Amino acid sequence: MIKLRRKAITSIFVGLVWTFVAATITAIALSFATGLPYKPDMVWIVIGGALTGFFVTHSRLAALASGVALAIAGMLGFGIVTSGDAAAVLTNSFTHLLSATIAVGGTYAITKVAPKGALSRHEFEEIIIRLLTAIGYVFFTAIVLIPFYVMVMTSFKNQSELVQNPLDFSLDLSKGWGLFRSYVELFADFNFGIYLANSMVISILTVFITLAFSIPGAYAVARLRFSGQAAFSRSILLIYMVPMIVLALPIYIAFSLTGLRNSIFGIILIYPVTTIPVALYMLQGYFRGLPGEIEEAGLMDGLSRLAVIWKITLPLSLPAIASVSLYVFMIAWNEFLLAFMLLDDPSKFTLTRGIASLNSSEIPRQHLMAGAVIATVPIMALFLGLERFMTKGLTAGSVKG
Amino acid sequence: MPRRFGAGAVQRNETMQDNLNRPTAKTPMAKREERLAWGLLAPTLISVALVVVLPLVAIFWISFKPIELADLRPPTPIVKEALRGSAEKLRIEYRLRNSSRSEAIRDVKIVDELPAEVTLREPLPQSCALDGRQLTCSFERLEPGHNEKIIFPVTADNEDAAEEIVESSEPQVTGTADNILTNFEFTLENFARVFDGSQFISVLGVTLFYTVFGTIGALVVGLFAALLLDKSFRGQGILRGLYLFPYVAPVIAVAFSWLILFDPFSGSANALLIQMGVTDEAINFFGDRPLALIMVTVFEIWRYFPLSFLFILARMQSIDSEMYEAADMDGASPFQKFWYLSIPQLLGILSVLFLLRFIWTFNKFDDIFLLTGGNAGTRTLTVSVYEEAFAISNIGAGAAVAVVIFMCLVAFSLFFFRFISQEEGL
Repeated sequence: MIKLRRKAITSIFVGLVWTFVAATITAIALSFATGLPYKPDMVWIVIGGALTGFFVTHSRLAALASGVALAIAGMLGFGIVTSGDAAAVLTNSFTHLLSATIAVGGTYAITKVAPKGALSRHEFEEIIIRLLTAIGYVFFTAIVLIPFYVMVMTSFKNQSELVQNPLDFSLDLSKGWGLFRSYVELFADFNFGIYLANSMVISILTVFITLAFSIPGAYAVARLRFSGQAAFSRSILLIYMVPMIVLALPIYIAFSLTGLRNSIFGIILIYPVTTIPVALYMLQGYFRGLPGEIEEAGLMDGLSRLAVIWKITLPLSLPAIASVSLYVFMIAWNEFLLAFMLLDDPSKFTLTRGIASLNSSEIPRQHLMAGAVIATVPIMALFLGLERFMTKGLTAGSVKG
Repeated sequence: MPRRFGAGAVQRNETMQDNLNRPTAKTPMAKREERLAWGLLAPTLISVALVVVLPLVAIFWISFKPIELADLRPPTPIVKEALRGSAEKLRIEYRLRNSSRSEAIRDVKIVDELPAEVTLREPLPQSCALDGRQLTCSFERLEPGHNEKIIFPVTADNEDAAEEIVESSEPQVTGTADNILTNFEFTLENFARVFDGSQFISVLGVTLFYTVFGTIGALVVGLFAALLLDKSFRGQGILRGLYLFPYVAPVIAVAFSWLILFDPFSGSANALLIQMGVTDEAINFFGDRPLALIMVTVFEIWRYFPLSFLFILARMQSIDSEMYEAADMDGASPFQKFWYLSIPQLLGILSVLFLLRFIWTFNKFDDIFLLTGGNAGTRTLTVSVYEEAFAISNIGAGAAVAVVIFMCLVAFSLFFFRFISQEEGL
């Protein structure tokens, strides 16, 4: 084991693994981008990877030379990535240059931390960790991005293109606005404008109702003393352990009997209650952290409790309220089960319910994906714009799934 | 710990026990504070009672009822009025029908206005009476599926106009029937159905597999993601935001994206695997056992690793760096530092996450429902509720499954809250 922990041997190992990763990601990325049949070639990965690992240890110049060699070998037909289409010289050169750069550059960057010769356990593990970290970045970025990439790109395609080559996600820019045909049809023929408005109204109302209920409640739990306070702040957590599907059945029955089913009003009655416990829990945690002295000063000066909440506590907790609002908005916007069970009338659908109605064999898939994009974009825009609040809200409240 | 106004020297973090044990010496101010507290909590309590507690009670009630989806429309008497025939045979017809084929309706009463344009030719049937122009017919009992015509021969000057007038006035009909939801007929058949045979065992097995591996997988993957981002470099914030995408996006959008990506006929994943020579023929990812179950579990891990990642990262960043420096001095290797320093520090948050995610994965419905609809060996308890209640229209059986789920959760909670109470944070 000690003998194996030499820089040269470790480098060859790193070279093999990383070259394989480099070839695979180049092949997958290019396949997804162009639709051409790229694939990693195992024989040349083993040979090229081992040689790369061997040479990069020597000097930066040797690393550069092995990179160039790897790229040229690729162009001569011995590449770690092969494309079925040998005629396209320009794209092939690009492919081999890219894969060689990733393979050699990565191997060099991973192994450069350790000196030549025998490695200490510390240095050896450092290299392995750098290798794993690099693979981790590639892996996580790929698994997160690929489904979203497929979602967006499929929405720009048409049926025949999709069947012909499922890997071809290149955009035919000559179609111009024609690319957005699925979106236009969704808004024109499938009422998606109404669904978007419904979802927006329902989510925003849910946020306001939730805040109106949970702020006083959270304040009471955090600041006021009453018998049962401790038990209460505990049992809030219990409430959101109750699965929605268990509640959905009696709610469905009650709404059927009272005629609230199939109405946006009914949805607005239910949604806030599913979010109030979470919001209350998040807010009371924050209220507890606020200094009590300011409120006491307010009380001394003759403000009533409610005035204290309105004039002192609320302004101080605006960041927390922003987090809670975003989190509640996200839950309401993404909610599927209740909308699916309670809404049957296409004029009252929310976005999620509308997308579910697109899932039939008669409706082409690009419509389904365009619907998914329409539902995803607003929440993503909010998330990216207000990431700080969102992350805080998620951490504070997202024991809920 | 700041003192609060009106509470004297009593500290805030008193337990309920202390409050109960204290003699009745509550100052008026404390009483007022208590009243205010309950007042502020009242809206929340009422709404939660209506939407959570009431349905929970209802589901127990329903689970002992022989009730089907069709029973939600209570048996009602239905009346249609028409003017038929002409001259000698001109008559007003009331077609009276019981909408239910299984329940009788009692005390049925029809009330209608007899228009001035028509005159009755024959005396009224026994069950009917005329008061001025108001026609009333009463029936003691309509048998299930009952269907009869009540005929009043009439004369009219202008038959066409009369027809219009007669048919434009809707007869009012009332009646009372046993509602299956509120009567006292109970059955154990629903539970017998739920626990019947191998189906239940397999559903339970699938649920446990999904829950245990989904939870552990999300924790482990989240831990790796957190390890990757537990250092500051350019783009760290962007990557952190990116890794949260699966959790933030609507489940329906990402579930359908996965379905399309892994479609057996025209999915990109299959095309890619075939092209790379990994497989010879297309794999039906969401249609074959046991692959479908593995895939929905992988989806669950994919969708919820961001959550554990976020919590674990937050905890990691609060670990004192001096400890690592000391370990460096002692010559600890990176893996040793991870194993002997980081993991013990993270154990608290990991166990809390495990408990909560375990319960939430157990409760999960949307993901599997959208991906496979519970087919191909992916039917969990929650999907069973939907399948029984809506696909087979047996609401009682669905409710019985829901009760089983709820009982499992009570058991988990009792078990888990012993541990959680010792943990900080959540």
